Amino acid sequence: MRLAPLFLSLSLAAPLAAEEIWVTNEKDDTISVIDVATLEVTRTISTGERPRGITFSRDFSRVYICASDSDTVQVMDPETGQILFDLPSGEDPEQFVLHPDDRHLWIANEDDAVTTVVDTQSRTVVAQIDVGIEPEGMAVSPDGRIVITTSETTNMAHWIDTETHELFANTLVDARPRHAEFLHDGAELWVSSEIGGTVTVFDVATQTEKAKIGFDIRGVHPDRVQPVGFEVTADEKTAFVALGPSNHVAVVDTATYEVKEYILVGRRVWHMAFNSDKSLLFTTNGVSGDVTVIDVARRAPVKTIKVGRFPWGAALRP
Amino acid sequence: MRHAFITLNAIVLREAQRFVRQRGRFVAALVRPLIWLLVFAAGFRAALGLSIAPPYQTYITYEVYIVPGLCGMILLFNGMQSSLSLVYDREMGSMRLLLTAPLPRWWLLFCRLVASTAISILQAYTFLAVAAAFGIRMPVVGYLAVLPALAVAGIMLGALGLALSSLIKQLENFAGVMNFVIFPMFFLSTALYPLWKMAESSTMLRDICAVNPFTHAVEFIRFALYGQFNGPALGWTVVAGAIFFLLAVWGYDPARGLLRRKS
Repeated sequence: MRLAPLFLSLSLAAPLAAEEIWVTNEKDDTISVIDVATLEVTRTISTGERPRGITFSRDFSRVYICASDSDTVQVMDPETGQILFDLPSGEDPEQFVLHPDDRHLWIANEDDAVTTVVDTQSRTVVAQIDVGIEPEGMAVSPDGRIVITTSETTNMAHWIDTETHELFANTLVDARPRHAEFLHDGAELWVSSEIGGTVTVFDVATQTEKAKIGFDIRGVHPDRVQPVGFEVTADEKTAFVALGPSNHVAVVDTATYEVKEYILVGRRVWHMAFNSDKSLLFTTNGVSGDVTVIDVARRAPVKTIKVGRFPWGAALRP
Repeated sequence: MRHAFITLNAIVLREAQRFVRQRGRFVAALVRPLIWLLVFAAGFRAALGLSIAPPYQTYITYEVYIVPGLCGMILLFNGMQSSLSLVYDREMGSMRLLLTAPLPRWWLLFCRLVASTAISILQAYTFLAVAAAFGIRMPVVGYLAVLPALAVAGIMLGALGLALSSLIKQLENFAGVMNFVIFPMFFLSTALYPLWKMAESSTMLRDICAVNPFTHAVEFIRFALYGQFNGPALGWTVVAGAIFFLLAVWGYDPARGLLRRKS
């Protein structure tokens, strides 16, 4: 009997502790919600057309979704799955990043060659910045001062001052840069190049190239090794790089820039998201329409979960 | 009862001694599956694109897929090799002596089965250890769970060898067994390709694979290697093993079996 209150508190705590990974399905116009505890899809939510980038507000009360073919960023209540309102986003928003101020979304407009800054509170466009052709990858430095847009066709990383909304540097990378992230408290910028098959590491202070990471998977033609999304572990010592149609994720030492090993996942692996303690990594596999769960400590795939058609982005809801 | 166990002990020891003395046989039995694993499977490594079917939870390379089938291959070849040595024994006379022991014939044959299966299991574990050294590892629990699976599958395939050896009059005929039993059994099973892959080329091939007892032995081993139990595969393997064993007992029965007809 004395255990009863314990069970009661556990059962009350359970729904709160239910961590989820939200995955956008590009061809189904839906989001698949994966329960981290059971590794199963618990529900599917309809969105606008061709959902790609997905991110939560800092308090997780809102989820922002790039509905690329609807030419809008949708704002959803994650509790109910209802679309609260659409944000003006410019044409064909593909990827975005939420500024540390939790208020401004920086959006790459693939068809317009601009980066749009949207105030999510006043729901207005604050600025549009001309960048290279087909912008896609977006990153913001931890201090919020620099935003990066990578342009797929111009093959550049564009460095934007968030105060002035002006470009202050443009750096060349290998062909078709897809994704960018700041590492080590904003000291380094990593940019993946899909066609070039590399990840370029920049020193942020000088905006110069520091290292370039190449990949070589036994038994896979180099053309199929196409780095896209990447994520770093909690200690920032290891990065996981999704290698597109090679169907592998590379494990990279962030100090030596050496590739330690490759993990087999589903077909055309695109983006990834960690669970909250970063013990599990969820990869979206576009062509096979599933999500592979990687045990981060063991660096081994543990399960592959069927989701909708062409899963693209992934985000954690703790 | 005591006699029965003395016999069991003696036969197992004799097989073990033969096994220890013939190191070449041990190496040969290991080289065959390793060539399949490290040469054949390496070529298909990323090309096959296996979809996810139980017991697998995620995508696997072909090298990982083929391991249970190669364990089955060891058991299959060993079962046949053991029956080959039985033919030899019978020709050279020691088998005749053994079969005159004052114990039920089925027991003598069963002892023989246990002996050859024990050696097969040893070889299968050595193979798994070498595969692990090359980075193809199973869950730890799988290495334990596979023991009974290897035993059941080994006895079934050994019983098949016994039944066949009762049909073979001379040593030379064993080449025929290779061509008409071992190869079809191995290739028409899930050892190399999953059933759905077979179905892509022909549903008839798939159906043949699905009734092949070797398929079920391999699947039983495959599930066990991942700590899972496959009831239907066990059922098929046990039923097939019982039939083969009864055939062997009948074949070796001097009053009714094929031995009489031949002599």
